[in-house]
Amino acid sequence: MTAKTSTRSRDVLGTSALRPDGVAKVTGEFSFSSDMRAENMLWGATLRSPHPYARITSIDTTKALLIAGVHAIITAEDVPGKLTYGLISSDQPVFAKDVVRYMGEPIAAVAADHPETCRRALAAIVVEYEVMTPLVDAELAILPTTPPIHPDGNLIRHQRIIHGDSNATAEIIVEGNYTIGMQDQAFLGLEAAMAFPDPGAQGVELHIATQWLHEDRGQIAACLNLPENNVRLVLGGVGGAFGAREDISLQVHCCLLALRTGRPIKMQYSREESFFGHVHRHPATVWMRHHANRSGKIVKIEARMVFDGGAYTSTSPAVLINGITHTQGPYQCDNAVVDGYAVRTNNPPCGAMRGFGVVQACFAHEGQMDKIAEACGISPVEVRLVNAMHTGDKIITGQTMESVAPVERCIRETDAIPLPPPMPDLVDALELPGGSGLTAERKNIVRGIGWGVSMKNLMYSEGFDDYATARCTLSNGVASLKFATSEVGQGFVTLAPQIARSVLGVDQVVQEVSDTQIGSAGSTSASRQTWMSGGAVDGACRLVRERMFEHIGKLHNIDPIRLLIDGTDVVDSIGDFRISVVDATEGVTFSETFEHHHRKTEDLDENGQGNCHVAFAFVAHRAVVDVDCDLGLVKVVQIATAQDVGKVLNPLSALGQLEGGIAQGLGLAVMEEIVLENGKVRNPSFTDYLLPTALDAPTVVAVMIEEPEPQAPLGAKGIGEPPCISVTPAIVAAIRAATGKALLRVPVRPQDICL
Amino acid sequence: MTTDHQMYTLNINGAERPVKDSWIGESLLYVLRERLDLPGSKGACEQGECGSCTVLLDGDAVCSCLVMAATAVDSTITTVEGLLADTVIGDTARVISDVQAAFVTEGAVQCGFCTPGLIVAVHHLLEHNPSPSDIEVKEAISGNICRCTGYGRIFAAVNAVIETRKKSK
Amino acid sequence: MTVTVATNLADALAALRATPDARLLQGGTDTMVEINFNHFKPEHIVALRKVQELRNFSIQEEKGLIFIGSGVPYQTLENDPFLTLLPALAQASRTVGSPQIRAAGSLGGNLGTCSPAGDGLPVLSALDATVHLQSVDASRDVLIHDFMVGVKKNARKPDEIITGVTVPILRGFQGYSKVGVRNAMVISVASACLAVDTSRSQIRLALGAVGPTIIRCRESEQWLATQVDIANSNFSNEIAKEFGRRAALEARPIDDHRSTAEYRKHAISVLAERLLLKANS
Repeated sequence: MTAKTSTRSRDVLGTSALRPDGVAKVTGEFSFSSDMRAENMLWGATLRSPHPYARITSIDTTKALLIAGVHAIITAEDVPGKLTYGLISSDQPVFAKDVVRYMGEPIAAVAADHPETCRRALAAIVVEYEVMTPLVDAELAILPTTPPIHPDGNLIRHQRIIHGDSNATAEIIVEGNYTIGMQDQAFLGLEAAMAFPDPGAQGVELHIATQWLHEDRGQIAACLNLPENNVRLVLGGVGGAFGAREDISLQVHCCLLALRTGRPIKMQYSREESFFGHVHRHPATVWMRHHANRSGKIVKIEARMVFDGGAYTSTSPAVLINGITHTQGPYQCDNAVVDGYAVRTNNPPCGAMRGFGVVQACFAHEGQMDKIAEACGISPVEVRLVNAMHTGDKIITGQTMESVAPVERCIRETDAIPLPPPMPDLVDALELPGGSGLTAERKNIVRGIGWGVSMKNLMYSEGFDDYATARCTLSNGVASLKFATSEVGQGFVTLAPQIARSVLGVDQVVQEVSDTQIGSAGSTSASRQTWMSGGAVDGACRLVRERMFEHIGKLHNIDPIRLLIDGTDVVDSIGDFRISVVDATEGVTFSETFEHHHRKTEDLDENGQGNCHVAFAFVAHRAVVDVDCDLGLVKVVQIATAQDVGKVLNPLSALGQLEGGIAQGLGLAVMEEIVLENGKVRNPSFTDYLLPTALDAPTVVAVMIEEPEPQAPLGAKGIGEPPCISVTPAIVAAIRAATGKALLRVPVRPQDICL
Repeated sequence: MTTDHQMYTLNINGAERPVKDSWIGESLLYVLRERLDLPGSKGACEQGECGSCTVLLDGDAVCSCLVMAATAVDSTITTVEGLLADTVIGDTARVISDVQAAFVTEGAVQCGFCTPGLIVAVHHLLEHNPSPSDIEVKEAISGNICRCTGYGRIFAAVNAVIETRKKSK
Repeated sequence: MTVTVATNLADALAALRATPDARLLQGGTDTMVEINFNHFKPEHIVALRKVQELRNFSIQEEKGLIFIGSGVPYQTLENDPFLTLLPALAQASRTVGSPQIRAAGSLGGNLGTCSPAGDGLPVLSALDATVHLQSVDASRDVLIHDFMVGVKKNARKPDEIITGVTVPILRGFQGYSKVGVRNAMVISVASACLAVDTSRSQIRLALGAVGPTIIRCRESEQWLATQVDIANSNFSNEIAKEFGRRAALEARPIDDHRSTAEYRKHAISVLAERLLLKANS
């Protein structure tokens, strides 16, 4: 990838600056990782298990190695370093050796001269299995009597929260058992990478579409048994991520093949392989019982959550903590008893996906809020206003809500958004549920309205210091920025130059390649890069500005403290002196590196108490849906939303995040699910894993609530995750309103509505 | 009859492009990307369910992953690389198509993987229907999956092109 | 492997005679998926996209028939004259995949693949269409019901090409409905086509995606004929409901990852009921 230059003038913070990679992306010139080519390269491919659970009794690669064009086949025997990897605990094998624990688990990898040769070689590898009965029930996995699928048992983590008075109760008691299906991130740009071996196989350079270069590097280097410095990662063009690129997929395989063959290796997954090659959103079951007084005020919440982590740990422990610590949602609650489990089964591994554990909790707590409203005879809006959290409240972990918490405002401003007009008498069939299938007429349709409000933690929790690093170099009026931040589509490449322009008064900003030649930026996840990498870029630019002011002060004999940036000039705040930044930096270079750390957090104690989260963001969603109750088909008409964003740094980018997240939440509500049958994935394709199309997209009316967050370096909160969290329960609530059905499971299937 | 490794020629973006030494069953998408150095068309499903590989084949918008390349001889193929460039984007000197420019200025691009296919589909729509209704726009791009944007800014971009074309008439 | 791009029917037939195991390729929307996914390795392909004879259609008004070449793409069938003369076919065509798929796909492909979820097939069944087959030295006509013989199995002989279908133009209501889980680009979970033939006082109903092949609901049709005067076509809510119930009994769906047999049966009852009520207006 080459350096990108942004020259649009005065695209400072707060403007809808355009993406610097926009032109390359609309013309097809942008290089995604799957577009990479290299002289002399070979293709890599992975052999995967067809069984969810089996002992491997033998692997025979002899025949495959004889195929012309095959250059290498590697198995667990060929891993020189650590045999496993993992984000939190290292329990996932690079290649399965004696046992496969999920359908699609890698067993071998091949390097060959053509993708077709790879396919033939994979087919010629003979693996003998002793098939075992898979453990696919998460509840069963909790029981100590269940045979373990891992030497250290099936339980990944158990955590309870006991807060306030466990015995508290109230007149109104409502409870429900909620189920969340397995969702896929389904980014469009499939997993792809290119590995270049160093001469002598002492190192490797990997160009990879990932969310976190440095974390990948650490895990890869350990498996390769190479020093981290000998493993260089460069960000390849990323076609979306949504959590699915946080874990290792083809990274180690690709590097191993490159080191073995001494040639560049290209690997890319097909859509089907992608469904097996990355982690998914945890399916979960959530039981909640709310105690409330007659006015609808919550007195106590009891809950039990079970997250199915699938075959390996990935980020399950953190997903679990997010789930249970968000039991209350954006509502005040003094007393809580929560029990949470994350377990391993022989289902596909689950890990990060936009919303990270909070999606599951929110679907349940919002269902409960509507039940309280119904029991108390108040409206969905009223019950949420009665309970709305405020800054300064204590949450159920004992942590004080220090973030700006405009929950009431989110609800009120969403409520103030006009409802869509009623369906006209003459309506295009495509506007009705069922669309061009012409299943319904207007008279068959019932409209429903539902609400969802959520709270989401920002950044990493439980003592993790997920800092971000950036370097700014200013010379001759051009700022150059360097960071390892992964641009996955979210728009950090748009924001970073905006920050530099605002802080330094420059117009021209160059962004260097994102790679591991600088400190970590942390992951592009947890709604954290605007805050963290944005904070790092801001910090680096401010340091450079100080150097520039000192330089000017010395030359012109002005106390640097009097200098300010005014547009593209440096001015003396109490004098007439003025010089353009371009002139002031002619022939000189200032360069500074800055690490942004968020405030420290702590682990939870055995009762789930502790200041474990950094900060929170809030959002309200109101959904209007049209339902064909007889056929169970749904059309989401409108989503109204007011989101707590802190500060809008780029209105166009922000709106894109809100609308995009809403579409993903809609997908979980009514169509997206990986269908499993005894551990086997039944729908690993876009024919059967359905994503929302343009005809499924609702009208979105969005309000951004700007109450700058004092903790945040730019006043802006992360905005990526909240849009997809409470929109799902809002849509389901609207379907409940239209149909009168309980609908305790997502996605809601037609048969759930009409049978 | 064409057999494996026998050369055939495709007409792509106005140029005759020989395809040499290929397996004859390859899709047009594969040939464009891997053999003719035209990686603008993207593959995300290889079964016609995502639209990322949309090209114009004899004027029709089709999924190039579902076209056997060797059967597209004597056809006219237009890819995202071959669209008419007549619009200057921002204050750059770069000239791209009006649809491409609108996608950038209206925020219709995030990760950008679906974008080339959408651009081709929108060009095709507006060529055949210069003033489509909202629902016609939605139907016309319902075969192009976008996972990032939720489509809102894409609709805005299409509407912006429609308005600009109306005014310039 | 060989590929023959035929530009006329005679060449296509000759190529097929020379390589009878060849796969005929029309729009590619089924075959290319098999090839891309490595599920199918063809030895010979005879491509029909450039065969103009297969892309023609003709209206024989005096006979009340339309001939539709097997290669006429769905994007043509969505619009007039089909929208007026064969509305159910136009409706079904509009539900096929995406606009990109409709630009490539055709009835020939639907018939060739013969999947029970093929959107055009319930219409051909309800309209009692005739399928035309031709080889180098012979041609024959087969009733649609005899053509579809099982799951992805049809009566085409290896050296034959499906040249087209002839469909009667009926007077009376006809409609097609298809249930899918999203509002566009979706494979049928259940579909139904209802056609009223006033000249023969018949109402015909065919179901898709609820059996190994398309199901014609003969029993429901006959029951209905005993209940009301089709020519007057005024169906009460009760009659429509019972018609739906009976149609669901004729469906033979399965449970799979797309839906359940129970839902599919239910959906058929709703679709049949609603289609019959639509015939009133």
